[in-house]
Amino acid sequence: MSTTEAGRTDGAHVGRAMRRKEDPRMITGLTRYTDDIVLPGMLHATIVRSPEAHAEIASIDTSAAAERPGVMAVFTGEDLAGDFAAPMAMVWSPPGVEIKTPEHWPLKRGEVKHVGDPVAVVVATSREASVDAAEQVVVDYNPKHVVVDMEKALEQGSPLVWEQFGTNQTHEWSISGGDMEAALAEADVVVETRFVNHRTAGAPIEPRSSIGEPRGDRLILHSSTQVPHIARFVLAGILGMPEDKLRVIAPDVGGGFGTKLQVYPEEALVLALAKRLARPVKWTETRSENMTTTHHGRDQINYVTLGAKRDGTLTGCKVRNLCDLGAYQQLLTPFIPELGFPVMGGCYKFPAIELTFVGVFTNKFCTDAIRGAGRPEGTYWLELSMDKLAAELGMDPLELRRKNFIPKEDFPFETALGIVYDSGDYHGTLDRLLERFDLDDFRREQAELREGGIYRGVGFSTYVEVCGLAPSRAVGPQGVGLQAAYWESATVRVHPSGSATVYSGASPHGQGHDTSFAQIAADRLGIDPQNVDVLHGDTDQGPWGWGTYGSRALAVGGEAVARAALRVQEKARRICAAMLEAAPEDIELAGDRFQVRGSPDKSMTMAEIAGAAHIPPQELPADIEPGLDETAAFDPENFVYPFGAHACVVDVDVETGKVKVIRYVAVDDCGPAINPTLIDGQIHGGVTHAIGQALYEQVVYDDSGQLVTGTFVDYALPTAAELPSFETDRTETPSPVNSLGVKGVGEAGTIGATPAITAATIDALKPLGVEDLDMPLTPMRVWQAIEQAKGSAA
Amino acid sequence: MSAVHVSVTVNGHRHEADVEPRLLLVHWLRDGLGLTGTHVGCDTSNCGACTVHLNGEAVKSCTVLAVQADRAEVTTIEGLGRADRLHPLQEAFWEHHGLQCGYCTPGMIMAAADLLARNPDPSEEEVRHGLEGNLCRCTGYHNIVKAVMAAAKSSTADREVPA
Repeated sequence: MSTTEAGRTDGAHVGRAMRRKEDPRMITGLTRYTDDIVLPGMLHATIVRSPEAHAEIASIDTSAAAERPGVMAVFTGEDLAGDFAAPMAMVWSPPGVEIKTPEHWPLKRGEVKHVGDPVAVVVATSREASVDAAEQVVVDYNPKHVVVDMEKALEQGSPLVWEQFGTNQTHEWSISGGDMEAALAEADVVVETRFVNHRTAGAPIEPRSSIGEPRGDRLILHSSTQVPHIARFVLAGILGMPEDKLRVIAPDVGGGFGTKLQVYPEEALVLALAKRLARPVKWTETRSENMTTTHHGRDQINYVTLGAKRDGTLTGCKVRNLCDLGAYQQLLTPFIPELGFPVMGGCYKFPAIELTFVGVFTNKFCTDAIRGAGRPEGTYWLELSMDKLAAELGMDPLELRRKNFIPKEDFPFETALGIVYDSGDYHGTLDRLLERFDLDDFRREQAELREGGIYRGVGFSTYVEVCGLAPSRAVGPQGVGLQAAYWESATVRVHPSGSATVYSGASPHGQGHDTSFAQIAADRLGIDPQNVDVLHGDTDQGPWGWGTYGSRALAVGGEAVARAALRVQEKARRICAAMLEAAPEDIELAGDRFQVRGSPDKSMTMAEIAGAAHIPPQELPADIEPGLDETAAFDPENFVYPFGAHACVVDVDVETGKVKVIRYVAVDDCGPAINPTLIDGQIHGGVTHAIGQALYEQVVYDDSGQLVTGTFVDYALPTAAELPSFETDRTETPSPVNSLGVKGVGEAGTIGATPAITAATIDALKPLGVEDLDMPLTPMRVWQAIEQAKGSAA
Repeated sequence: MSAVHVSVTVNGHRHEADVEPRLLLVHWLRDGLGLTGTHVGCDTSNCGACTVHLNGEAVKSCTVLAVQADRAEVTTIEGLGRADRLHPLQEAFWEHHGLQCGYCTPGMIMAAADLLARNPDPSEEEVRHGLEGNLCRCTGYHNIVKAVMAAAKSSTADREVPA
């Protein structure tokens, strides 16, 4: 076993590839996901959803459903109108910009705006009974005109999703820095490209599930969520109840990928139902419901202009982003495209950057955060534009990148937008990548294969991402305008016998907090990480927290754990000093011993100190409070900016258009590793998510607003058979933003990878004259591009 | 709908029940027997999260009716091994970080156990194709494949620990 195992308390757990503490229950079937929970008297809800993309609800007849055996209640939107004090929340209110935000209620009254909009709910004693009865609810709809294409939605005369606004444009938000006019005037070469970043689904394998449970004068929500504390705060407002009367528990959560960074209508609904019926009520979505009404991501069209001088020096980056937000605004819907703005100049020194974002309503479900959230889109158009620029300049694309990289000695670096990148070494990751990937060898091999009719290509991406959400004042009400903050908290409690519990406000769904947080705490407490239990995801336990998303858990939540553990260590040293008759500043932690500096024979273990802390002996001065329990909150001063260099190799079958990734090399820098195994795992998963978007996955609506990809038959997640094994490597450039030096890594792979895959495909097809391709690179689309190129060559 | 009597041996224990003819095996295992280690991730038999062994062969228990399991032997993840005596595949998934959120894991391990029973020494390609029917959104399959290859190397990979 290559890992730290029981008994190791040498104070060096951080940095080790320790096996995960959460795994034993997960590999033996002893996890508790929300749908596994059965409560006494629990009822089951099934939601009746609109089959129309836009319609007036003419009538709803629930009488037949109500008479079905086992049915306890059937409610329409009208029935529950009084149960909600406020509609669903959207929390972005940027200074000076109005964002059109229609009322969004858990059950719809009047009109439905997308396929899947909930119109009624059936509650019965079993799941089967509620499903059977829901089929008996008769809804009469008067269909209205539908718009699904964001560019058409902005045209004069387009059907309106919301007539009261007189437009389908939700908002326009811009940010710029530097002199763009001068930048483009002095450019010798300007490339202008329209990119499509299509709509995708997060598709965690665990569908959403929520249980509302009445208990005394309180309500409990068990829910598959990434944000239990935010959910309590928001849902208490929607239900018009004091926050203390609502407890939210996120049990084991089977993946989120941003889709569970949301407060959903169904969560409000099960709470309202539990309150009305005085029984626990469970709702678990089907996969079709997940594809229909769990938020989507991406869905942008980006008009990108890059300018450069003849020698390759970049002069400016100007982008207009059209963003399809769907029919409603959910928690962060309009903000997600903008979230990536700090890094939309990439790793490069741009004297001028100008970004505009236009949000658009369509009769589709809402978009919001999906792994990467705004940053994969930006990286995609920027990296592919760099390749196009290199082609125009007749330069090697990596040489163009190197020429414009922000050099490592320039950090912290202030971009044209006034954003400060914390640390970086972009040449370093690219150098490491090219040590692992011999480009000259590859080009020789590529040429040989082409002679044999095999079209192989390579694509590169050098990315920087912004994560570690977030410095609260920069993103809060007086900053970017989120009505929220993004610090994180932790409580570290050492028990009388010397083992410890860490309570974190972050709420994981696969990342491995139980392990990495235990490693961080163990080093600072002088105990074995196996004796550190990490708890999270329950608003009745531990301090407030903002949840897990935006690659923030380690850089913000982990730092809070480190700080709380250090506070415990400080107190332990004071206790130890009193017991050993030494000065606190002379007590040092060496492995598992708190010892007097220079007299290692005089020492105590954490177990001995914890005993004294809880059962104070006479030697302990009365001014030392009993107990060994400290809380810390950490609000970072800046974001963190991980970066990396990726290379992707694909083979394209030019007869069928099929693209296959045959090699993927990723060199990433997220600062010093807490647990390298977990980092690699995040990169593997992140890159795969991007391969899914680039080659296979697309949420498709037809012109009438019907969802074509409502199941895993039509929405193609990559399987093991489509993928290669990945080659990963790291450099470690510490961040000055937190004491651990760490940066996030959960989204890095997804952010870095899509341009490399598309660029590799274009490189493979270059001899055939293919210069542009839009994702997803399905066989049909690639084959058509090949045929078109042949046609124009002929 | 009149109930149908079934007698099924699950993880070595015989269970008798009267079930609706339309009841899926996965729902009987989860709701009837409380064996919630078997998960449901889709409606279309694509994801494989519900994979169990029926008379020693991997099946997606969402594609099998409970009545079809009458007089059969079913093994679920709970029956494959326990924390104090892990099946080599469970051990390998833990050792090689073959799981993140854990939701696909029981099905993935049951599918892998079937694969190794049929092909004790598979190539990486064979493992990848053998697990094609099981979706994972977290790991990119890299460490799952590594874990299965490692378990195959362990001579006891096809041993099933009785519950």
